[in-house]
Amino acid sequence: MTPNGIPIGDVLLASAALFTIGLAGALLRRNAISIFLSIELMMNAANLAILGYASALHSLEGQIVVFFVIAIAAAEAAVGLAIFVALFRHTETIDVNKINLLKW
Amino acid sequence: MTVALWVIPALPLGGFLLCLLLGRRLGKPFVSAVGAGSVGLATIAAWTRLVPYLTAGGAPVVEKVAPWIAAGNFSVDLSLRLDALSALMVSFVTFVGFLIHVYSIGYMSHDETDAGYARYFAYLNLFLFAMLVLVLANNFLLMFVGWEGVGLCSYLLIGYYYEREYAADAGKKAFIVNRIGDFGFLLGMFGVFSLFGTLDFDSVFSQAAADPGRFAPGLTVVCLLLFVGAMGKSAQVPLHVWLPDAMAGPTPVSALIHAATMVTAGVYMVTRCNVLFRLAPDAMYVVAIVGAITAIFAAIIAIAQNDIKKVLAYSTVSQLGYMFLACGVGAYVAGMFHVLTHAFFKACLFLGSGAVIHALHGEQDMRRMGGLGRRLPVTYRTFLVATLALAGIPPLAGFFSKDSILTGVFAAHHTVLFSLGLVTAGLTAFYMFRLVSLTFAGEFRGSSEESAHVHEAPPSMTVPLVILAFLSAIAGFVGLPEVFGERANRLAAFLDPIFPAIGPRATETGHALPATTEWLLMGASVAVAVVGILIAWNWYAKRAGRPAERAAAAFPALYRLIGEKFRIDELYDVLFVRPFLGLARILWKVVDVLIIDGVLNAGAFIVELVGDVLRFLQTGNVRNYALTFLLGIVALLLIVLAG
Repeated sequence: MTPNGIPIGDVLLASAALFTIGLAGALLRRNAISIFLSIELMMNAANLAILGYASALHSLEGQIVVFFVIAIAAAEAAVGLAIFVALFRHTETIDVNKINLLKW
Repeated sequence: MTVALWVIPALPLGGFLLCLLLGRRLGKPFVSAVGAGSVGLATIAAWTRLVPYLTAGGAPVVEKVAPWIAAGNFSVDLSLRLDALSALMVSFVTFVGFLIHVYSIGYMSHDETDAGYARYFAYLNLFLFAMLVLVLANNFLLMFVGWEGVGLCSYLLIGYYYEREYAADAGKKAFIVNRIGDFGFLLGMFGVFSLFGTLDFDSVFSQAAADPGRFAPGLTVVCLLLFVGAMGKSAQVPLHVWLPDAMAGPTPVSALIHAATMVTAGVYMVTRCNVLFRLAPDAMYVVAIVGAITAIFAAIIAIAQNDIKKVLAYSTVSQLGYMFLACGVGAYVAGMFHVLTHAFFKACLFLGSGAVIHALHGEQDMRRMGGLGRRLPVTYRTFLVATLALAGIPPLAGFFSKDSILTGVFAAHHTVLFSLGLVTAGLTAFYMFRLVSLTFAGEFRGSSEESAHVHEAPPSMTVPLVILAFLSAIAGFVGLPEVFGERANRLAAFLDPIFPAIGPRATETGHALPATTEWLLMGASVAVAVVGILIAWNWYAKRAGRPAERAAAAFPALYRLIGEKFRIDELYDVLFVRPFLGLARILWKVVDVLIIDGVLNAGAFIVELVGDVLRFLQTGNVRNYALTFLLGIVALLLIVLAG
């Protein structure tokens, strides 16, 4: 039970739901940017789980870790978008099914 | 002014590097100057050290250049040693080496390209460096470095005309046969280290001399192994086969390496290790027997050879046998004396034969020579002096050295070996005068066109000949026999310090003989030589070889056998070369191609096959990979949860 009365099980359920949605998006979408957003979603699902546990256990460290994750996610977004831009210049598409240069 | 000992070998090494790196670009005059000049400077440098030593004698000088190997209780230095023995060797190695370098300038000038000329002088300088390291070394390992170095140069120079197949083959043969000997030397060196715990000459010999009984059992084996090394380098039966073939190299090389210096390295090594050999009488006996057999065996073969250089080559083998005979009976001084005189007269003979070959544009068959005495007066006279010296006619050098060997053998009561030596002396006189008669006497037997080209050699070739002939004539006076006075044998007195007295079981190195016996021995050796000379002169010069043909016709099988060198090469071909080639072929076709390559290819084939299937997993589609990822994690979770 978190201090503001939400049971930890509910938080984890929400986190799992978010994660599954993100996973499905990452696996099923063909647009690279959509995949990227789905991955962000999975990361935030993880953040939510960490936060739920941190507040239930009255731990400050968990909340600090989440700040780090958010900062790194921002940096990752910049790098990822740069990759997509470079990829688009090269192949004129960001459809991941068409980007298969490493195929046998 | 004196110089450090290391300068002496360093000078030819510098010459080698210059000729090798710059010789081709700077041309023949530069190479001649550097090649002969570096050796000339080395000779001067050596004599600045030798003159004080030769006149005053004195304690051995050891100069440490640098530490070399230090591992645990094993340590070897790069250190050089000047004592009576190395002084003697250095004196004639540098001097004869210099003369032959000068001679080479004339001999090689005609037909070689700039690159070939530079290569020749580079190798010759490298040889001199290695030889000086060999004789100046203060421990077995450094000596071995020089030992291998001279072997390498010998190989390189025998195969100098590498575009001719027989020369390349002769080089390989020399190298391989020498390797057999070197292997013995190496094992002997290991033996020395295991017995004495050091490879330093002083330390090994003083330990052995101080406590002879302690090392005696192992020493016989060690000495025999060292002698195997000497047999390879000095072409003793049964490892003699490489030296006659080595004549495929340029003639000055034959003179320097395969007559005067390198081949005597074995005698030098045995003499250097005389303390060890004197403690191993059985090994000494083997040395004497091998030497005597080689002496007479090679002398017999020399009788029936028609190539002028082959005769001299077998003569060299025979004389080397003489030297080992001397060492084997304990007459080391006589052996070294013969090394010295042999260096002068055999170098002179080879250079003289080179002048003949030069005059005839490469002809080496004596059956196509004759009558050259009038056309090549300087060559003829110097050659005759050297021949008389080799035949042992007093008062020329060879007489005294050969006589001191025979006296030593006689004094040691080896009657059979003595008679072998005496017969060899007669054979030597015979084949040498056969050579002189066929080459210089009678009428020219080549074509008239060749006859028109015959010319005396240039001064760069004749001057060394004259100097060497002069030395062949007088060098014997350093070692007069004892009948001429108590101190007449100055060489023996000079070399005395290298024969330390050995503990309680001192072996006599020379028994004093009554004066009448010595005179009789001298008379016998001279008589044998004169008989040999007269027969050869009569048969080949006066009667143009007809008696010899009759003698050959009387024993055709024997004559052919001798002419074909007792078919030793063919025997080795059947015994060693062919089985070895067969084995190599099996290793190649079966072991290498079938087994090793097969295993390797099978491995590669399997990997390829697996890859052929697995590559379909690599779709290049990122989402497929991610899905695999997911499935993997789910599987892992299931395992964890179920476990």
